[in-house]
Amino acid sequence: MKRLLTGAVAAGGVSILVLLLLWEVLGRLSGIRPIVLPLPSQVLVELLAEWRWYLDHAVYTTLTTMAGFILSVVGGVLIGTAVASSRSWERFAYPLVVALNSVPKVAVAPLFVIWMGTGWEPKVAIAFLIAVFAIIVDTLHGLRSIPQDVLDVARVLKGRPLAVFFKVRLPGALPSILAGMKVAVSLSLVGAIVGEFVSSQKGLGYVIMSAQGTFDTVRVFAALMVLAVLGLLLYALLVLLERVLTPWRRHS
Amino acid sequence: MTPVNVSAQEVSKRFAGPRGVQALQSVDAEIGAGRFVSILGPSGCGKSTFLRCLAGLETISGGRLQIAGQDVQGPPDGIGIVFQQHALLEWRSVRDNILLPLEFAGKPVANYAAKVDHLLAMTGLKNFAHSYPQELSGGMKQRAAICRALIDDPALLLMDEPFGALDALTRDQMNAELQRIWLATGNTVIFVTHGIAEAVFLGDEVLVFSPRPGRVAHRLRIDLPRPRPLAVRETPEFGRYVGEIRELFGTMGLLDEKGAIAS
Repeated sequence: MKRLLTGAVAAGGVSILVLLLLWEVLGRLSGIRPIVLPLPSQVLVELLAEWRWYLDHAVYTTLTTMAGFILSVVGGVLIGTAVASSRSWERFAYPLVVALNSVPKVAVAPLFVIWMGTGWEPKVAIAFLIAVFAIIVDTLHGLRSIPQDVLDVARVLKGRPLAVFFKVRLPGALPSILAGMKVAVSLSLVGAIVGEFVSSQKGLGYVIMSAQGTFDTVRVFAALMVLAVLGLLLYALLVLLERVLTPWRRHS
Repeated sequence: MTPVNVSAQEVSKRFAGPRGVQALQSVDAEIGAGRFVSILGPSGCGKSTFLRCLAGLETISGGRLQIAGQDVQGPPDGIGIVFQQHALLEWRSVRDNILLPLEFAGKPVANYAAKVDHLLAMTGLKNFAHSYPQELSGGMKQRAAICRALIDDPALLLMDEPFGALDALTRDQMNAELQRIWLATGNTVIFVTHGIAEAVFLGDEVLVFSPRPGRVAHRLRIDLPRPRPLAVRETPEFGRYVGEIRELFGTMGLLDEKGAIAS
């Protein structure tokens, strides 16, 4: 399994390397101007020259992403559990969840600036809001997918509601919640960037917006590259978390 | 725990709803303490519903249903249950699955280590205590589910087609094992099945249910000495019991020409 995983990572690394090489070669042959499409080597030089500055902004974006993501997991599991607590309540609350989810969250971003100012708060709020629905939906799905027989056994054994929740329902829903988290972490990153687009003096979203203002395409691409790596790392973190938290699924 | 008797008088069950189904009508049954009783019937005859009423998972609509002289209101104390699907928690090892009833009952799990070992040895799962359910075969999962049902010494063991999803060979094996376990534990067992041979092989008594609405159509005492070897099924006595039940199903119009129970 471990060998399989490192194999997949190696294969992924090779394909990315091939893409960058192709980009470099074609870019050089066509003589395209860096202001339109900079070469990977130029981006790399920029990153290496200013790595402290990029790191600083990347850390800021990572922190707001993680804060929004963690809030979305806690909130999503709580809301999902509450919605799933009874069938009639679910019939009432679920359409509300779906309706709210269909509002494009990006469009609400300016509103959060009005409400919360230009600090980290609106970024975290948007990162939370954009990710929380994935968690709610998957928590609901996970809780609903527990076999009736299992719940019947718990009833016959007279487990107290809290004990049944923590010993049966929550672990039963965990694989589904983790699947939701994998989607949510990428969405949180989108939310944090959108928040930085709207108004910010920090973060990779700010870097992109300010570089756009001066037509510094190399800098835009450098920020994009950092974002790509960040997105990959966050996803890898979730895969790792999944393997640690659901060891019984490793054998399948 | 000392085994308990079960008594059903005129028990009826009607499922609510616009097309409410009368699942049980006037079910009468007296099941003595420590008896192994098979409930036999075709699909949809209400035999599982009857078992669920006993487990307190469904409420009866009429009549009287008692376990050890107590009216059943919600899940009674001291029962173990096994379903057709193992219903094990896939994130717990076999051992931790077996301990679940004790955790729910708030009993000190550490005191039961020897008991778990004993049950695992009795069911041939000794080497699989730390395996996850999905690493086990179907028969082994059902054995683990039986261990879970037995860990807290139930006075009454309810089994709802526990071997229905197993292949014929495993099923035979499990029948022999269940008899052995029951002879060792001596609790009252109510065993729901749609297999005639299985019902006769295991039961001290067979209650034959007729469908729509479900009621006890026939009550048959099985006077075969115990322990019964699997080969008992080739004896003429066994054949007579099976024949009697087949005939009964025939008169109910439940048998087609091939002799299988129509569902």
